[in-house]
Amino acid sequence: MGRVILRRIAGAIPVVLLVTLITFGLMRLIPGDVSAALAGVSATPAEREQIRHNLGLDQPVQVQLVRWYGDLLRGDLGRSLFLGEPVTKATFERLPVTLSISAYALVLTLVLGLASGILAAMRQNTWVDQAAMIFAMLGISMPNFWIGLMMIVLFSVHLGWLPTGGYVPIEQDFLGWLRNATMPAVSLALLQVGLLARITRSTMLEVLRQDYVRTARAKGLPTYLVIGKHALANAMIPIVTVVGIIVSLLISGSVVTETVFSIPGVGQLLTSAILNRDYPMIQGALLFVTLLVVGINIAMDIAYAWLDPRVRYEGG
Amino acid sequence: MAESAATLDTIAVDRRFGLASQARWDTLRRLWRHRSFKIGFALFAILVLAAVFVPMVSDADPTKLSMRTRFVPPGAEFLFGTDNFGRSALARVVYGARLSLMIGTSVVVLNAIFGALLGALSGYFPRLDNPLMRMNDALMAFPPVLLAIAVTAVLGRSTANVIVALAIVYIPRTARIVRASVLVIRQMEFVQSAVAAGAGHWRILRRHILPNAMAPLIVQLSFLFAYAVLTEATLSFLGLGAEPPTPTWGNIMAQGRQYMTEAPWIITIPGVALMITVLGLNLLGDGLRDVLDPRLRVHP
Repeated sequence: MGRVILRRIAGAIPVVLLVTLITFGLMRLIPGDVSAALAGVSATPAEREQIRHNLGLDQPVQVQLVRWYGDLLRGDLGRSLFLGEPVTKATFERLPVTLSISAYALVLTLVLGLASGILAAMRQNTWVDQAAMIFAMLGISMPNFWIGLMMIVLFSVHLGWLPTGGYVPIEQDFLGWLRNATMPAVSLALLQVGLLARITRSTMLEVLRQDYVRTARAKGLPTYLVIGKHALANAMIPIVTVVGIIVSLLISGSVVTETVFSIPGVGQLLTSAILNRDYPMIQGALLFVTLLVVGINIAMDIAYAWLDPRVRYEGG
Repeated sequence: MAESAATLDTIAVDRRFGLASQARWDTLRRLWRHRSFKIGFALFAILVLAAVFVPMVSDADPTKLSMRTRFVPPGAEFLFGTDNFGRSALARVVYGARLSLMIGTSVVVLNAIFGALLGALSGYFPRLDNPLMRMNDALMAFPPVLLAIAVTAVLGRSTANVIVALAIVYIPRTARIVRASVLVIRQMEFVQSAVAAGAGHWRILRRHILPNAMAPLIVQLSFLFAYAVLTEATLSFLGLGAEPPTPTWGNIMAQGRQYMTEAPWIITIPGVALMITVLGLNLLGDGLRDVLDPRLRVHP
């Protein structure tokens, strides 16, 4: 197991190197002179020079690149032009907000997605199956920001049950957090619920056809044991792989959801950075979130090896 | 040597036009019998027809301001109502559909060309495989919507830049799918006999490998169209798509947000149009996958 973990981390190094390089390159794609875009038309040449100097853009590219990696190794992603604070500090401050809502959405995804997928597979070709699959299909076909807007119209404007937006930290007031976070989490989860339900259904259908499931049934085990112990344990392997994709989708989905519900998280930080042309912030937030997702995926792969001995032996 | 390669090609061509045309009809017939393909095809067709023909039969201008007709609810005068500037919501959603379909088509075409090319190169030439796939892995490590946001934010807001961003996001995913089938096909006997007959790499790829790798590619492209339309709407909702007053589904919803209490139809209608498109394409893709490539079940 230790070797699997080491191998997986070593395998991620080229990806991380390339991800940081691409992010570096992206900033150099800004058409025209960045300083002109940032300072506006009325800026004097001296002011522009100052901006270029502050961003390090007056240096040759290779020097910029070395600086970029040097700063990265020290955990420095640059300073936000607009907030005047380091990108990492601004991101870390808002991270708990995004993570708490993403985690809530992940729990909803796992519960609803697994339950409807398993139920659909157990009742294949009945109305239960069809209803679950229509629901899943609608889930993957609706943009999450639109679901969010529709929920605000229904639950906040017409029924007045939930606030239209805003955020209460979870450690301050759990119920307040729940009231604020439920609509964002549900709108964020629906796409992933659809994905997971479809995949769970098809893997379960395959597993349910296996001999060991028939044996378990034949020896008189109650259904919940057959499903929960024999079938689900074997269906979990492809499902865990999908959870990695789901986490990545949840985190990027939260960018938009936070805008819809005015939640002060990393997503809103990024959208306001876009409006303000705060390039270091955009670059930093992109890299930060991507590395977070890469880390989560490594963890998922390790879980995968732990669940499936075949992977463990091959890999170790 | 060259002659026998030509003979093999002739056989391939014969199969395509003789036996294969029979098989092709069978495939079409099976698709037509597939329920979700039929529903998906119908939904998508409705949208395409509306996008093409509604502007021809109606003279509604999606950008014409009229203070007299602000916030008219859906009804006889305006089928889908009007927005805060008195513009016809029907005209705006239909022009938005044109833009969405244009963007979706462009992204699909770019993916069909570059995704297939990169996938074929890395699947066929082992030396290219490692560098190309590492690059692919890195691009795929970025959460898709986030990368698209960053690319459009950096390049500046325009329809062309949205297409570029979506291509950068999705080409690695297409390349990976094509590569996977090329890896399998190049081990098959008919490829080896083409090699033995002296066919060149280019000929083998074009005549023997790519035609056989089409099924998973077509399935991928139909889902990709759906993702592209969805992501474009997200980008323009965040203010990164085409500049207003050009209507896109995303920017109509972004602008309609502040009036959602008094005029909920402004945001409802483009959302429903978007849902019909994506739902149609997803159902279509499900049908294609079941009929063309039953081995594939999970799409990214």
